[in-house]
Amino acid sequence: MSHAIANTDNWAEVKAACEAVLPKHILDFIEANHGQAHSESQLIAILHLVQGHFGFLGQEQMHAVAQLAQIPLAKVTGVATFYHYFRLQPRGKHIINVCLGTACYVKGADKLSQRLMDELGIQFGETTKDGLFSLESTRCLGTCGLAPVIMVDDQVYGPVSPAEASLIVDKYLKKEKGAKAEAAKA
Amino acid sequence: MTDKMINITIDGEPLQVPAGTTVLKAAEKLGINIPRLCYHPNLSIEGACRVCVTQVKGFNHFLTACSQEVWEGMDIQTNSPEIRQARRDIVELLLDNHPKDCQTCERDGNCELQKQAYRLGVRERHFEGQRKRYPVEDSGKSVVRNPEKCILCGRCVRVCAEVQGVNNLSQHGRGFHTVVGPANLVNMDDSVCIQCGQCVAVCPTAAFLEQDHTERVWEALALPRDVKHVVVHTAPAIRATMGEMFGLPMGTPVTGKLVTALRRLGFDAVFDTNFGADLTIIEEATEFLSRMEKGENLPLLTSCSPGWVNFLEKFYPELIPHTSTCKSPMQMMSTLLKTYYAEKKGLDPKDIYVVAIMPCVAKKFEAGRSEHTMADGIPYTDAVLTTRELGWMIKSYGIDFEALPDGEFDRPLGVSSGAADIFGATGGVMEAALRTAAVKLTGEELGPLDFVEVRGVTGLKEASLKINGVEINIAVSNGLTNAKHILDAATAGGKKYHLIEIMACPGGCIMGGGQPYPPLDWDPMDPEIARTRAKALYDIDSHKQLRRSHENPAIEHLYAEFLGQPNGEKAHELLHTHYNARMPRGIR
Repeated sequence: MSHAIANTDNWAEVKAACEAVLPKHILDFIEANHGQAHSESQLIAILHLVQGHFGFLGQEQMHAVAQLAQIPLAKVTGVATFYHYFRLQPRGKHIINVCLGTACYVKGADKLSQRLMDELGIQFGETTKDGLFSLESTRCLGTCGLAPVIMVDDQVYGPVSPAEASLIVDKYLKKEKGAKAEAAKA
Repeated sequence: MTDKMINITIDGEPLQVPAGTTVLKAAEKLGINIPRLCYHPNLSIEGACRVCVTQVKGFNHFLTACSQEVWEGMDIQTNSPEIRQARRDIVELLLDNHPKDCQTCERDGNCELQKQAYRLGVRERHFEGQRKRYPVEDSGKSVVRNPEKCILCGRCVRVCAEVQGVNNLSQHGRGFHTVVGPANLVNMDDSVCIQCGQCVAVCPTAAFLEQDHTERVWEALALPRDVKHVVVHTAPAIRATMGEMFGLPMGTPVTGKLVTALRRLGFDAVFDTNFGADLTIIEEATEFLSRMEKGENLPLLTSCSPGWVNFLEKFYPELIPHTSTCKSPMQMMSTLLKTYYAEKKGLDPKDIYVVAIMPCVAKKFEAGRSEHTMADGIPYTDAVLTTRELGWMIKSYGIDFEALPDGEFDRPLGVSSGAADIFGATGGVMEAALRTAAVKLTGEELGPLDFVEVRGVTGLKEASLKINGVEINIAVSNGLTNAKHILDAATAGGKKYHLIEIMACPGGCIMGGGQPYPPLDWDPMDPEIARTRAKALYDIDSHKQLRRSHENPAIEHLYAEFLGQPNGEKAHELLHTHYNARMPRGIR
């Protein structure tokens, strides 16, 4: 097809729009894989990078990955929804993990979970409207002697009663309010 | 697969099969049909449904016959109380997570799950558990998705990826929550779906169906004649397949009965989309010869297949200038009905209701395109019925199709050449175009007629023809994965083609997404079905007096009276269209 003809291709625009969505290190990673044998098998690695950067896999980002890595979008979303580790919704600033392992469970993790859900107004896997907390469940954290335990970000608390759980949430709320006030002053 | 032969035993009977044969295929050689649901001979092996389990001596677990290759000395049992129990349990568990609504289901009587449940003796239901609940996704123009009926066999995912190269479907989530659909489970029209409906054709249940247009057609037919003038035109491929809806042998031509059935249903006039096909050839051959003369925008790509046009816009937008601007025969026909015919009849186009009978699911989407509406927003085509939908309407009305006398299409928009009939098979549009182009190139009225090199249902055909000293390199493809091969070869610049025919569905329109489901002892997409149906069309063609589109006197008259010159101003305004790159862009 040698003749000069009208350009009806939209690839340049699609590519530019997709490149605007992802940070440079991810673009570089996709580019480095380009043309390699079985480059599509890097999909999970790319999605890890995206989640590492954004905290979750948004539709816009997944579309950009599909186009730039040339992997059908249905495959990208198929993989993203298959693995428990990938999140499709943004996560809160603080992650509250409730251990639902056997020891914690017999020590009342269910009541603890209920209290946190009521307190935060969300279910497991959800994030509060203010974006401060995400509630997640986990299996054994290896601190069964402290059961029942919760983990907020990297900090383990235990044993925690439902009332204490509320206090822990309050502590983080106060800290956030304080930080906000500081920021306003400055 | 090598030529090495392997000795095995199936149900006590010794047998030799080539190495690499699966247990399922080996058993077929003995005339034993091992039950299967996810298996399809033209698709990759999934091994998802487990219905084909068999016992092999020395193994204390079952092996799936579809995926297990034979080995030397393999001793296979295809039937035993244990296997029967296991298969029954497997199907029972599938049914347990499936709506119990066979009586009101579109696939009642033609459902592979229902068939296996009966065959394997599921007479009682022992399990009662949670059942998946999803709404029906029917907001798309062509394809309806009903996840509750899905048994996760993955045939649709594979046909979409392997045969059509579209990769629009995938399994989302996991375990009990797995659901098949396009990325982010959006409406089909917002996905890279090209609306071909092959997912509908290969689905063993009713998890995919076409968007129903029967209700609006019943309503139009019920209106008084002076309120709505309801006309119909029927595609070339329908006459080769409608008989199957009524138990006639595959490949029985039923043109005459089809016309009579449409009149009985109450259509005020019955026309032939073939007329539109002949017209397409005049316009497209003229376009082709003019491009040949100028040497520009070659190869010319055909534009009759709306699944292909959707693929073009989403996957190969840079090839838009190469694609014929000719509307499809359906749209040419509908356009003429609301312009030329309306004028002749003294009718307001608003008072004409145009129904098109198509082998195709994508035609519903095509009819809804904004390019195919009149200035005041009225679509040229008001409703599109698939072969299946019209077949059902005829049954529902109570018409004894087999006993119908032959009728004839109304004139003049019902007159057509044999070149139009073969539009329904892969290679048919090419052959029809060549018949006319050859005459124009040679200037001889009796140019070559049968271009057998483009016939046959293989996915890709190429030929080099010399007509009047002009070399024409042609290619014909069906199934869009094949189209990809040819388009990539053409864009890479290695091979110079002049004319490429592309049909979306494997085998062409005769195997369209809207065609009758084959009987349950056939596999959908079986090439033998395509061959048998195509033969019907070539037979009709060979028995016609008119074999070339430009010989059609009604077409000549139409140009003289209404259109002017082929590719002229009026023809261009009414019979040609344009294409745009569309999002989301497909990955090819």
